[in-house]
Amino acid sequence: MKKEINFVLNKKRVNITTDPLRRLLDVLREDLGLKGVKEGCGEGECGSCAVIINNRIVNSCIVAVGTVEGAEIITIEGYRKTKQYKLLEDSFAEAGAVQCGFCTPGIIMAAETLLRINPEPDENAIRDAISGNLCRCTGYNMIVEGIKIASQKGKGLW
Amino acid sequence: MDKYLNIGKSVKKIDATSLVTGAEKFTSDFKFENTLYIVILYSPHSHAEIMNIDTTKAENIEGVVDILHYKNVPRVLHTTAGQGYPEPSPYDTYLFDKKVRFVGDRVALVAANTKEAAVQAKDKIKVDYKVLTPLYNPEKAMENSAQQIHEDDEYAKIPVKYRPDINLAAEVEITLGDIKKGFQKADFIEEHIYRTQYASHCAIEPHAAASFFDERGRLVIISSTQVPFHVRRIVSSVLSIPAGMIRVIKPRIGGGFGGKQEVFLEPLVSLVTWRNKRPAKIILSRKEVFVSSRTRHPTRIRMKTGVENDGTITSLEMDGLMNAGAYGSHSLTVLSNIGAKVLPIFNKIENIHFIGRSVYTNLPIGGAYRGYGATQGYFAFNQHMDIIARKTNQDILEFFKRWHIQEGETSNVFKALGEGKEGVDQIIKSCKLDECIDRGAAAINWYNKRGKRIKSGKDRVKGVGMAVAMQGSGIPKIDMGSASMKMNEDGSFNLLVGATDLGTGSDTILAQIASEVLRIPVEKIIILSSDTDLTPFDVGAYASSTTYVSGSAVEKCARKIAEQIINVASNILKSKKENLLLDMGKVIDIRDKKAVSFEEISLYSLYEQDQFQIQSQASHVSSESPPPFIAQFVEVEVDIKTGRIYVIKFVSAVDCGQPIHPKLVEGQVEGSVVNGISYALWEDYLFDSKGRMTNNRFWDYKIYTATDIPEIETIVVSSYEETGPFGAKSVGEIAINGPAPAIANAIYDATGVRLFDIPFTPEKVYKKIKEAGRT
Repeated sequence: MKKEINFVLNKKRVNITTDPLRRLLDVLREDLGLKGVKEGCGEGECGSCAVIINNRIVNSCIVAVGTVEGAEIITIEGYRKTKQYKLLEDSFAEAGAVQCGFCTPGIIMAAETLLRINPEPDENAIRDAISGNLCRCTGYNMIVEGIKIASQKGKGLW
Repeated sequence: MDKYLNIGKSVKKIDATSLVTGAEKFTSDFKFENTLYIVILYSPHSHAEIMNIDTTKAENIEGVVDILHYKNVPRVLHTTAGQGYPEPSPYDTYLFDKKVRFVGDRVALVAANTKEAAVQAKDKIKVDYKVLTPLYNPEKAMENSAQQIHEDDEYAKIPVKYRPDINLAAEVEITLGDIKKGFQKADFIEEHIYRTQYASHCAIEPHAAASFFDERGRLVIISSTQVPFHVRRIVSSVLSIPAGMIRVIKPRIGGGFGGKQEVFLEPLVSLVTWRNKRPAKIILSRKEVFVSSRTRHPTRIRMKTGVENDGTITSLEMDGLMNAGAYGSHSLTVLSNIGAKVLPIFNKIENIHFIGRSVYTNLPIGGAYRGYGATQGYFAFNQHMDIIARKTNQDILEFFKRWHIQEGETSNVFKALGEGKEGVDQIIKSCKLDECIDRGAAAINWYNKRGKRIKSGKDRVKGVGMAVAMQGSGIPKIDMGSASMKMNEDGSFNLLVGATDLGTGSDTILAQIASEVLRIPVEKIIILSSDTDLTPFDVGAYASSTTYVSGSAVEKCARKIAEQIINVASNILKSKKENLLLDMGKVIDIRDKKAVSFEEISLYSLYEQDQFQIQSQASHVSSESPPPFIAQFVEVEVDIKTGRIYVIKFVSAVDCGQPIHPKLVEGQVEGSVVNGISYALWEDYLFDSKGRMTNNRFWDYKIYTATDIPEIETIVVSSYEETGPFGAKSVGEIAINGPAPAIANAIYDATGVRLFDIPFTPEKVYKKIKEAGRT
């Protein structure tokens, strides 16, 4: 049964009418065309589909769209317009944190979630923050380094 | 002054920005109007004959458009292995067969207007099976009583031993010297059996393929593939569609590691598009990737050596039994590599016998996986040598230095054993393995830790271990890559390559090579790769070939372009060609310093006089495959009360020739190392008594996450390989070979307990420690 659902997506109000049991991931990718949100496992384990919902990092493949009524959602497509994003992008490129890039948007969202709460995280905090994101290319250390560089260069930004 | 402008520089990866913004398209991101969504029905039985398929109920589901199965698809034997032609893998596969050979084998597909309808219909297909005796144990596959899995009309495309009647998917054997005599000469015999397990590549992007007809009725395939040109050839031959009617495009791909060197989805989407004149798309679920795509072949390797008391190895016998799984994809070549990539490293052993057999079982299908047999072979080899060095009271580092192949030397094995057939003779022109061993040992503080059994807690003890390895750089005399280039009026260049960037950064590497030849910034190169309509041929990304083989094609092509630029500049400047050189987008006369810019040269050639476009193309095939070398060191901590292994530090010192892009080299090494540690400690396929994989999801098949990572150090030991582009060799695979044996050797160093089977789970380690009475 279809239902009307309202939420704020990337700072814009969205009103859709759909089956509330559909996965948020599918609504974002198929209905709203946000292809930066990736699907790697479909069961909440790999983090490729991670988005920020009300300041928390959430795997959108295990969220029923009906539950985001009234929520504020940020995906890579919205986040990439920010200064903070640009710094993370440059730091990731500098650190060699991007190989195939499939997991990267999800990891960027996890990094943003961390830096909002903890702008100067130590290494363990960084590792914890991205522990829900699987990457098979880099071995992770370069990603950790990328986030470290961003937090150092971005003093005052978060 | 640095002699290179771009080589050896970690320039910004060409697709870094577009990947991080999420703007780059992967196969699943392409959207077409009127798409048919495909889902596959898989066999619930590990071995059965399909007596009948009834699709009536499924067809009645609203939105279902087409259902394919053995009764209505072309029946063409082929291999799904994305290899060069003729493929060395047996032709033992149909699109859909009347028989199923493992739980997860494909039975039928449904194409529907929505994925939901396809899923619903799939469950309504009624299949009558006659269940056959399954065969799970590869060690019993060749026994007389064993059930035959494949049919007698299946065949090998090249003249090799293939015997489906005894479940033999492949066999290779070489004998050098006199093995018996060698054993007789020995003071003692050291013989052990080593076992390796199934593993999944776990590329984060699941396999996906899409197809559609373009405006002129040609079939376009978009695929997450490592081998676009092989995709075109195989789809063409299986579906009898002329290759010229097919265009294959590889967009960005989310990791491959060998798993996407396999052509098994493209024929399905193509057939659906062909029959229904509509776009079609399939995206595998993670569970399907685990069970029904491809895996690392499990092996049992018996190593027998005759050894003199001073450590001299008088004879070496390596007997590899490989579980091919239900189909023989890569079963000959991975098998060959167990010997071919391992045995030459100890080239002073005169008497060698290698025998390898790949056997069919009713379990998931093996395939290409980073390391490609070398990983399995080096697991056995490095432990075995650690055992010998210890028994003969030798320093393992000195032992390796004494026996390994050196610059200027060869190995008889190179010629005797290639990938599936005879190999190619070669002399090693670059080898800095000694330096790798020394620098790696220093980084791990080897001599202060080896044999010390340092207690690091009530129940914890530390140890160090190491391993060496070599790989190859492409398949000699077989792998070919090509490139074409043209010059634009602003002094930029289009570089078109068939080579396939899997996320490794090869697009960036190839642009660096071209820009170095032309002495311009990398940004002046506009690279386009992997489109069978637009780019020239390349075998694809496998066998550690892209930098070395495709890179050489790019270098050759760019040199031809440079020559044309000089010719035009010499006309413009009225200078002798030998006085001209390229420098940052200009051509300069070294005598009078007169200069002309690339823009002026291009405009002149396009518009002014004797007009032509500065453009060229080149192909490259190598007559040899120079191996990169690596020494890897690990420090582990063993909890003797729980059997849990903690990796503390992992060091890799690698000689990959001249690193083109040091950061990407490190990325290849660190990614391999972490995959290798994860494989050594955790990863495994678990099956129930019916042959069903029980841990087919990331919840249960655990791979390393950011919190599991030890301290990792990568030392790039520069060397110069004269046959490679700017001295480069390969680095994509080699570093996955060391973690498992190095960790095994370190566990022994800490506890005196030897583990011959990967993965080293706490249960296994604890049991061994308890048996040895060391708790």
